[in-house]
Amino acid sequence: MIEARIAKRFPAGPESAGFSLEVEFQARAGVTALFGPSGAGKTLTLDSIAGFSRPDHGRILLDDQILFDAVSRVNLRPQQRNCGYVFQNYALFPHMTLRQNLVFAADRHPRLERHRRVNEMLERFHLADVSGRRPHEVSGGQKQRCSIARALIGSPRLLLLDEPAQGLDALLRAELYSLLRKIRADFQIPILLVTHDLDECFELAEEMLIVRDGRIVQSGPPLKILKQPASVEVARLVGIPNLFEAEITALDPGRNTSRLRFQEFELTGTYFPGRLLGDRVWLCVRAEDLRVAPHNGAKPQLNQVPLKLLRVSEKPQSVRLEFAGDISVEISSHEFELQKDNKAWLVEFPADALRVL
Amino acid sequence: MAFNWFPLWLSLRVAGLATLVSLALGLWIAYLLANRRFRGKELLDAIVTLPLVLPPTVLGYYLLVALGRSSPLGHFYEWIFGQPLVFTWQAAVVASTFHAIPLLVKSARAALESVDRRYERAARNLGASEWRVFWRVTLPLSRRSIVAASVLAFARALGDFGATLMIAGDIPGSTQTASIAIYDAVEGGDTLVARVLVLVLSVVAIGIVYFANRLQQRQVTG
Repeated sequence: MIEARIAKRFPAGPESAGFSLEVEFQARAGVTALFGPSGAGKTLTLDSIAGFSRPDHGRILLDDQILFDAVSRVNLRPQQRNCGYVFQNYALFPHMTLRQNLVFAADRHPRLERHRRVNEMLERFHLADVSGRRPHEVSGGQKQRCSIARALIGSPRLLLLDEPAQGLDALLRAELYSLLRKIRADFQIPILLVTHDLDECFELAEEMLIVRDGRIVQSGPPLKILKQPASVEVARLVGIPNLFEAEITALDPGRNTSRLRFQEFELTGTYFPGRLLGDRVWLCVRAEDLRVAPHNGAKPQLNQVPLKLLRVSEKPQSVRLEFAGDISVEISSHEFELQKDNKAWLVEFPADALRVL
Repeated sequence: MAFNWFPLWLSLRVAGLATLVSLALGLWIAYLLANRRFRGKELLDAIVTLPLVLPPTVLGYYLLVALGRSSPLGHFYEWIFGQPLVFTWQAAVVASTFHAIPLLVKSARAALESVDRRYERAARNLGASEWRVFWRVTLPLSRRSIVAASVLAFARALGDFGATLMIAGDIPGSTQTASIAIYDAVEGGDTLVARVLVLVLSVVAIGIVYFANRLQQRQVTG
């Protein structure tokens, strides 16, 4: 388990805006994703844990060992931290073969043990055939596997991965994800994964830390964050397209209902605890939670609004429909087949899908 | 009378030794300048650069004062080796070393600094000591530039005239290097000797520069 509290300031310079990192989190065995836009401080967080960047304040604890503590002035050197680090673009030593890269990393083991481990890792990561080649002579996937093997060969107590899927095609990505799932099961150590790819978080992460401008703005299991983003900012970051300013026009805790007005529509939702009548709020609805129906002139039912379809974009599994008023709906390809000849459309906002932020 | 090749051999030997000494010393200084933060770092850089910008006679004068028979260092040398340093071929090595080292330190520092920091970080992350990081990662990744720098340092050591003359003198058969022999030959009207030595030195110099350039080009593309 890793516990980190890291604060570091970079004062504004003549050409750069200032930046300050202030994060605090814990991660247990399993994958914890640090998700956020570039420049949010994700890599800086990893570098502070690995010992490449010295925080101004805070404390980093790995299992029972203090890696860094500003108060007692403990600051272990990177060599003493035993954190496996898979660098962005791998950072395999270009003048060594893949085998030599692993041997270099297994240096702290005695000679015989070292060779056994190197061979074992080469087998396990399917690198035995290319072990005599240098990094520039092997494929991207092989480089990727070698860098993970190199990070793991010293039996680290923590694995840090910086954008591991960047630059890989869809097939290699899938391969990488299954490899990482295996590592998660086999090694039972905390794995911190830096990414700006939301799908990657859902593929791999048990926990997710959303980082923005040097702060963790929300943390929790990915699905939970998607269902209940803590702020408009988070909702935007996790790709929820439907965010509207709305006003609460009625609240009834007895019947667990509420009324919301947004654009020119009135919707019925569940009761929103802690909100007052007349509050201006953000209405947040996932595209997947909206439903569509044909509009055949009959009076729309509760929470159905007639909207003009502007654009259709087909994806491998689903279809995204964009309606007037910036409303996006995502339905399955099958559902779209049934409704694609609709002349006019109704969009239904299920009451339990409405969130206010 | 057979042609006297001694000055040429002496020059090659002196330059070779001076290159080795300046490589050992220069790499160490370059490492400090490239990797460490300490007070007076830029001052050290300036002092190391000094021989590049001072007239060689000034450098020679400094060395004469510092290593002469009446100086503490000169005394110390005499006490250990039983003979004074000045006006021996070893003194020529010292002069050439000081003449060559700025070039080596400058190029080696640039070479060490041009190594992608990620590789050094990766090595530290894998538990390698700073010593091991330097010998196994930084140096191999910059070796071409460093070999090229040593080759240029050799050429510069070969060409020293002023500093060598000041501290090692012009003793034929003992401290008379090729560049000094050329001067003497021209002074004495011995054109044949002058021409042969000039030609040989020029060919060596061209070869060296060509070789150094090729090394550096391969580093860029490879």
